[in-house]
Amino acid sequence: MTQDHASGDPVQPPRRVDRAGIVIAALLAAIAAVLVWDARGLQSTSMYGMGPEAMPVVIACGLALLAIGNFVDALRGNLPARESADPVPVVLILIGLALLIAIIGFGGGFIMATSALFVTTSAAFGRRAIVVDSVIALVMSTLIYLAFDRLLTLSLPTGPLERLL
Amino acid sequence: MMDTFAALAHGMAVAVQPMNLLYALIGVFLGTAVGVLPGIGPALTVALLLPVTYKLDPGGSLIMFAGIYYGGMYGGSTTAILINTPGESASMATALEGNKMAKAGRGGPALATSAIGSFVAGTIATIGLAFLAPWLVDFAVRFGPEDYFALMCVAFVTVSATFGDSPIRGLTSLFIGLTLGLVGIDKLTGQARLAFGVPELLDGVEVTTLAVGLFAVGEALYVASRRHHTEEKLEPVRGSLWMTKEDWKRSWKPWLRGTMFGFPIGALPAGGAEIPTFLSYSTEKRLTKYPEEFGKGAIEGVAGPEAANNASAAGTLVPLLTLGLPTSATAAMMLAGFQQYGLNPGPLLFAERPDLVWGLIASLFIANCMLLVLNLPLVGLWVRLLAIPQPWLYAGILVFATMGTIAAKPSVVELSMLAGFGVLGFLMRRFDFPIAPVVVGLILGPIAEAQLRRALAISLGDPMTLLQSPISATLLGLALVALLAPFVLKGMGRFKANED
Repeated sequence: MTQDHASGDPVQPPRRVDRAGIVIAALLAAIAAVLVWDARGLQSTSMYGMGPEAMPVVIACGLALLAIGNFVDALRGNLPARESADPVPVVLILIGLALLIAIIGFGGGFIMATSALFVTTSAAFGRRAIVVDSVIALVMSTLIYLAFDRLLTLSLPTGPLERLL
Repeated sequence: MMDTFAALAHGMAVAVQPMNLLYALIGVFLGTAVGVLPGIGPALTVALLLPVTYKLDPGGSLIMFAGIYYGGMYGGSTTAILINTPGESASMATALEGNKMAKAGRGGPALATSAIGSFVAGTIATIGLAFLAPWLVDFAVRFGPEDYFALMCVAFVTVSATFGDSPIRGLTSLFIGLTLGLVGIDKLTGQARLAFGVPELLDGVEVTTLAVGLFAVGEALYVASRRHHTEEKLEPVRGSLWMTKEDWKRSWKPWLRGTMFGFPIGALPAGGAEIPTFLSYSTEKRLTKYPEEFGKGAIEGVAGPEAANNASAAGTLVPLLTLGLPTSATAAMMLAGFQQYGLNPGPLLFAERPDLVWGLIASLFIANCMLLVLNLPLVGLWVRLLAIPQPWLYAGILVFATMGTIAAKPSVVELSMLAGFGVLGFLMRRFDFPIAPVVVGLILGPIAEAQLRRALAISLGDPMTLLQSPISATLLGLALVALLAPFVLKGMGRFKANED
């Protein structure tokens, strides 16, 4: 995996030790540790064969081996080269998801929650017409709400806007 | 032989009931409409449309699924041809020649040969499914729990390590899925694993939440993060939609050859439509009378891989229906669809609910015909769907994706998991980890564990039971070979493919 990028993208310079790869290996090792820690609290009640604690330990061993494998790959710089990424839109979408969860959690209802997600995602993809997008989002989510609530009789969370319908 | 015909006839009788025909039609329409959106592969199409089927009876819902499945496949190839962004690795070969044809103003014939090729391949492969399935079921009823466990080991290895880009990254994905599969109450002892005292986690991780998070949210985050790199270009469909006599002559053999690659490889518990599509592509490139056209838009390069793709999709239904073994992310989603009604595909389902299974198989034929009738005339509509501006498209996809979770379980924990899986999917795309093994691991992990524990309980804890059954010993040997092969053959060129 050396540099062979004809596309002319701004590619991260290939370095010998891939720091992201080290982090991935560390995370895998941490998950393995959590699995073993969690399995210790389980009681093996079955008389024969394996209890509920056996599988987590087996999977933890696998994860530990894979952590080593990923660590070696990272040390050798064997990870595929990555293109540069723009963090701003990612953060915007995550803010949208957080808004959605908060609005649903505090009883704001389906329409407001999904509209918030729609507008932030649209902004993340470069649109700046927030008012227009808000109107589109409200109309669309109201239609979806009505279709699901009335036609498919699936209950979606209700808030102040839904009670008006 | 005659039994199959009788069963199929019975299935047809189920499938042609007016309501079921309507379900199939809605399924095909929705499946194509969602599948045609760039970045949405068939697995995500099925995952996104799962909530729509919540309120139907199992029969109707599975028939709608058959439509969604084939519709999603066809939608994916339309996208591949017209904007060269294959939503899944199986459409990559199609995009190679298809997009070139579209650029040369031959988008119409490219779409037509892909539609008719899919129809031909789908029909032949579904016939294959109908005849192979009962035979495999006869074989599978003799499977003990240890044999099932061994079979799942084969699937784990082939799905994650053998055909991937890097066996270590594939296995890492698989083990993440297996870890997620542990979450929740252990069914044999009632003890909670990895729930950390959160009551919502006691039921385990929902397959749809994982799939929608990884595929839809992850894809949206990934596309957003590299939006500054490339602008996608939509090729307008110019000229005639229809294939000329010459096109027909050059297409029919690739269709049949593609089917011959696709169905057997899809039916193996190895999964993956990339291998047959690329095999078909390279075969057509070798056999064609017009080698100079390859790379510039040769119709054989669309006809063959498309047929292979569809045939292998029908092929993956063989292990899914007869053994309950999903070998692709899409098949895993189909299995989730079965499970929401408490149905477990496998030999028992053939015995207990023949109407359901054969109704589904018959619906595949019907969905296939509907696709052919529906899609060529509606091509203009699908093209318009492709022209939705990217901000609205992804905003809509995210709204639709979260809506499924909100409708099923409107809890803060479930939605946070969806967002968390989205971030995981983004990171896995960024660092080139395959995604399908996570879904397969989550869905097969608990089943494999249950079978292993059952086998060990029967043998009074003697692990040698795994090697004493000849079936299990053979399968475990195969799994070991498949696990070690990529490390041994390291350096051999493998297809570098994006994830479904």
